[in-house]
Amino acid sequence: MTVQHDSSVYERIQASEQFQELRRRYRSWAFPMTIAFLAWYLLYVVLSGFARGFMGTKLFGNINVALVFGVLQFVSTFLIAWLYSRKAAANLDPLADELRNEAEETVK
Amino acid sequence: MSHETLSTILFLVFVAGTLAITFWASRNNKSATDYYAGGRSFSGAQNGLAIGGDYMSAASFLGIAGIIALSGYDGFLYSIGFLVAWLVALLLVAELMRNSGKFTMADVLAFRMSPRPVRTAAGVSTITVSIFYLLAQMVGAGALVGLLLGIKSDAGKMWTIVAVGLLMVIYVVIGGMKGTTWVQIVKAVMLMTGAALVTLLVLGKYGFNLSGLLGDAAQQSGKGDSFLIPGLKYGTEAQGIWGKIDLISLGLALVLGTAGLPHILIRFYTVPTARDARKSVLWGIGIIGVFYLLTLVLGFGAAALVGTKTISDSNKAGNTAAPLLAEKIGADIFGDVGGTVLLAVIAAVAFATILAVVAGLTLASSSSFAHDLYAHVFKRGQVTDKEEILVARIAAFVIGAVAIILGIRAQALNVAFLVALAFAIAASGNLPAILYSLFWKRFNTAGAVSAIYGGLVSALVLVIFSPAVSGAPTAMFPDADFDLIPLSNPGIFSIPIGFLCGYLGTILSKEYNAAKYAEIEVRSLTGIGSEKATSH
Repeated sequence: MTVQHDSSVYERIQASEQFQELRRRYRSWAFPMTIAFLAWYLLYVVLSGFARGFMGTKLFGNINVALVFGVLQFVSTFLIAWLYSRKAAANLDPLADELRNEAEETVK
Repeated sequence: MSHETLSTILFLVFVAGTLAITFWASRNNKSATDYYAGGRSFSGAQNGLAIGGDYMSAASFLGIAGIIALSGYDGFLYSIGFLVAWLVALLLVAELMRNSGKFTMADVLAFRMSPRPVRTAAGVSTITVSIFYLLAQMVGAGALVGLLLGIKSDAGKMWTIVAVGLLMVIYVVIGGMKGTTWVQIVKAVMLMTGAALVTLLVLGKYGFNLSGLLGDAAQQSGKGDSFLIPGLKYGTEAQGIWGKIDLISLGLALVLGTAGLPHILIRFYTVPTARDARKSVLWGIGIIGVFYLLTLVLGFGAAALVGTKTISDSNKAGNTAAPLLAEKIGADIFGDVGGTVLLAVIAAVAFATILAVVAGLTLASSSSFAHDLYAHVFKRGQVTDKEEILVARIAAFVIGAVAIILGIRAQALNVAFLVALAFAIAASGNLPAILYSLFWKRFNTAGAVSAIYGGLVSALVLVIFSPAVSGAPTAMFPDADFDLIPLSNPGIFSIPIGFLCGYLGTILSKEYNAAKYAEIEVRSLTGIGSEKATSH
């Protein structure tokens, strides 16, 4: 493939509306989500350091807030991973495929 | 038969099996793509298992179960940081790296920069992180063998380290990425099976009543309810505010370090497309998440059934909690023979775990030496595949030898901080450089070099002056006293320093290449021009 070292092709694609849309869709989902899960995780770490009374509150039997909060970090991780895979398959992959097919057409 | 004999037999079966697979996988090792990236022909699920195999080290298996068994809840903090970290890899790094890189982390960083200084920095950082991590695992192997196989003499420990070192070099030199990946897959299946089996037996004994298990654990520990909340080990009230800042610092390094660990990053190159890279991280998250939930039960189960005192008498750090639990629960349910068998199985799994992780680290560091430093810095890209692979193999031998020698010499040292240091350097140097490369148009050579060295040096300096190295009874040099910084984990300072250095280095230099940024941005998001899988 000659496209590999031809930067002008990439600049043209980068400027295209389709690519800008792909970039916008990806960034507008991935960046806020990253900030959200990092904030959620840091909240957990900070509470583990500074709010031990609260973390020790028993909810049922010996199951306390600390354990439930910890397990919720697992749940949110699984959930975000699943949401991302759905988002990517529905919104990102088709657009990326289109751009790739077009680019590979032009160099043939 | 004693459990030591049975463990040894099981471990030898694992070694024989994985060696056979390695030889079989090496039949088609012809090109550099085969050697470094397994021909990019693994499926998402296979690579996901291998990610689990690479990531779930003896430190996570024996270490976290041990911390939970001795200090209760605090071990769980580690698990959570290690797991949430994978979202950074999934959302920001895995697919984009697969699309824009070739064999090493440096491929992405050097893409639009002046290649020699950036590859040098990335190579130095890759090798430093991998060797620290490797050394911690090697020393762990020596300590474990005494506990699990009853080899207590210094000579016995030494020969174990030599054997582990030789085996990892054989896997890497002969099998390259293909062989190493299969070793990881086999190990991940063994580890998950072993951990799930013991967990089920423990939960079964409690009639799947988790609350009852926790109550017993808290009572056995003698610490009551405080055993079930954070604070017995990290950021204890006695350590005051610095202890708590140290806890947050550890949390930051764990969550941001994973996506900067070179031996993890090169796994994304072993699949045919970015979509498979995504799939492999999804599999990895599933496997690693379940595994850490299992270790939670193993740790509290060990506290409840074996007892904190028995565990700490056996090993001060609690590393034998999981094997002791296996023996106890096996004996309780199936009689003495069951206990012996289960202990032997878990001990063999622990060795398989160490072996697989050190092989991954040796591969990552030798690949970076050959591909980044030798081929691109010394030879300016003027090398054949054959020559590059030869250099990679020689580098694997040298790194193996260094790891063996340091592993033997460091036996008496407390090296637990080496893993924390590896994560801190990965988070402070590598991650900023990777993220800026992928997302910041203005980023340039000076920025990349300053981010890596800034993060690396600040993490190293902070650790040298920390209580992990001097001043504390558990320090590397307990008698010396230059612990100026009251933090064992440098992340809370070194990570912002890494990002800041990258930012300042960038804006203070005028250089930047808009055309190449267009290329990496388009390639990373669409996969145009990305490296293809080889077919045989």
